[in-house]
Amino acid sequence: MHVIAEGLFTDEATPRLIGGRHRQSGRIVFPCPQGEEFEPWPLGREGTLWSFTVQRYRPKSPPYAGPEAFRPWIVGYVELPGEVIVESRIVNIGFDEVRIGMDLELTFVPLDPDAAEPVMIHAFQPKGATA
Amino acid sequence: MSDVYIVGIGIHPFGRTDGLSGLDQGVYAVRQALSDAGLDWPQLQFAYGGSDAAGNPDTMVERLGLTGMQFINVRNGCAAGGSALFSAQMAIKSGEFDLGLAVGFDKHPRGAFNAMPAEYNLPDWYGEAGYMITTQFFANKITRYMHEHGISATSLGRVAEKAFRNAVHAPHAWRRAEVPLDEIMNAPLVSDPYTKYMFCSPAEGGVALILASEKKARELGRPLIKLKAATMRTRPPGSFEVFAPCIDIERGGSATNLASAAAFEAAGLGPKDIAVAQLQDTEAGAEIMHMAENGFCADGEQEAWLAEGRTEIGGALPVNTDGGCLACGEPIGASGLRQVYENVVQLRGDGGGRQVPNDPKTAYSHVYGAPGVSAVTILER
Repeated sequence: MHVIAEGLFTDEATPRLIGGRHRQSGRIVFPCPQGEEFEPWPLGREGTLWSFTVQRYRPKSPPYAGPEAFRPWIVGYVELPGEVIVESRIVNIGFDEVRIGMDLELTFVPLDPDAAEPVMIHAFQPKGATA
Repeated sequence: MSDVYIVGIGIHPFGRTDGLSGLDQGVYAVRQALSDAGLDWPQLQFAYGGSDAAGNPDTMVERLGLTGMQFINVRNGCAAGGSALFSAQMAIKSGEFDLGLAVGFDKHPRGAFNAMPAEYNLPDWYGEAGYMITTQFFANKITRYMHEHGISATSLGRVAEKAFRNAVHAPHAWRRAEVPLDEIMNAPLVSDPYTKYMFCSPAEGGVALILASEKKARELGRPLIKLKAATMRTRPPGSFEVFAPCIDIERGGSATNLASAAAFEAAGLGPKDIAVAQLQDTEAGAEIMHMAENGFCADGEQEAWLAEGRTEIGGALPVNTDGGCLACGEPIGASGLRQVYENVVQLRGDGGGRQVPNDPKTAYSHVYGAPGVSAVTILER
């Protein structure tokens, strides 16, 4: 899998997001900050939707590196129990079906679905959903 | 320590002004403020200036006069104007100076602000994947808030409707035509639940405020508008800010909570003592959330406040009497100072069609900016 950045996802068959755990306080953040204060901390794959919106216009490039052709997407925050609330795309669900509190699981989607070797980014989808 | 008074105000109309740079608009505002105070440029001893995208404010001296004055540039996101004012008042309070300037101006390209991850200590992938967008944060914040506190989409629409209605009477506002509630509600969505009328746009404009010590203010003989408090704070643990790849599960306060509490303490006043308020309303929900974050109501009470018109110009607490950011747009460096300009207009009784009735004696302003900074002022006549 061609991923958008090194150190963001674990190198497992079913990857996880790599957060950071503060060595003293135990506070967990995402992504894992540089430096010695935080240790890498693979995050749980399941959580619940904390909030969401729909991105309805193409972000400016740079910094956005997605395709010229724009299709709106859901962007939200997912609460991973006991860890942290992570910002993420929310996929494989209709804009009218998404609800705060719904159960979600981690997945990965291409930044440009039409690219030959797509760059993969993290996303969450309803538990058990398929594309 | 000297008390601080605002003795002169100036503004270049907000919106889009082709042919004038941001700095031009700042210079225009400074000259108007000098005229308002009955002063000449060489009499000013110092300046603090805010601009995010229109160049270094200290270069104004080439246009206004090379007097050798102290001039410090301030860059603090959308709180730049409030931060410039905070800094300027400290120069007088400390006894160092008697007379100085807080100025802000800006000029942004059309379309959404285009922030870069590195400026906010974030990795490049965050922007590449499409997260480096303020509207996503604001929409996520209000969606959660509406869910927790029972705020309806209609309330968002009412805030925008009020903004455009108030701005009809504000000569410096950009959008000065009323928009009916159903048109606001049925307009295209930008970031759900916000329609295009519920977000402000990057804009242009300039504002200048001249500050004086009590002794100097009395000499000038202008209406005595006292700066009772000016505070600026950054975010505490557990807050939820612009450009946040993650949030702590354990929720905390906000930069606004801290700046507001500090301002009320410094002024020796409480929220019930305030007669008029300008609250950061880069989008309709921000005004709603900031009503509670600044202590004017409890979370959820906004629904009744808006339905009953309590934040209208004739209401118990008029909010954003010149149409706020929604109607004026947001030139980052000038925005916070526009709020204080508007408050001075209100306290002098010069608001015309937007004048708050019953002779208001206190006024409050609040700005919020990325990545989690707030500034608050309290004025008293």
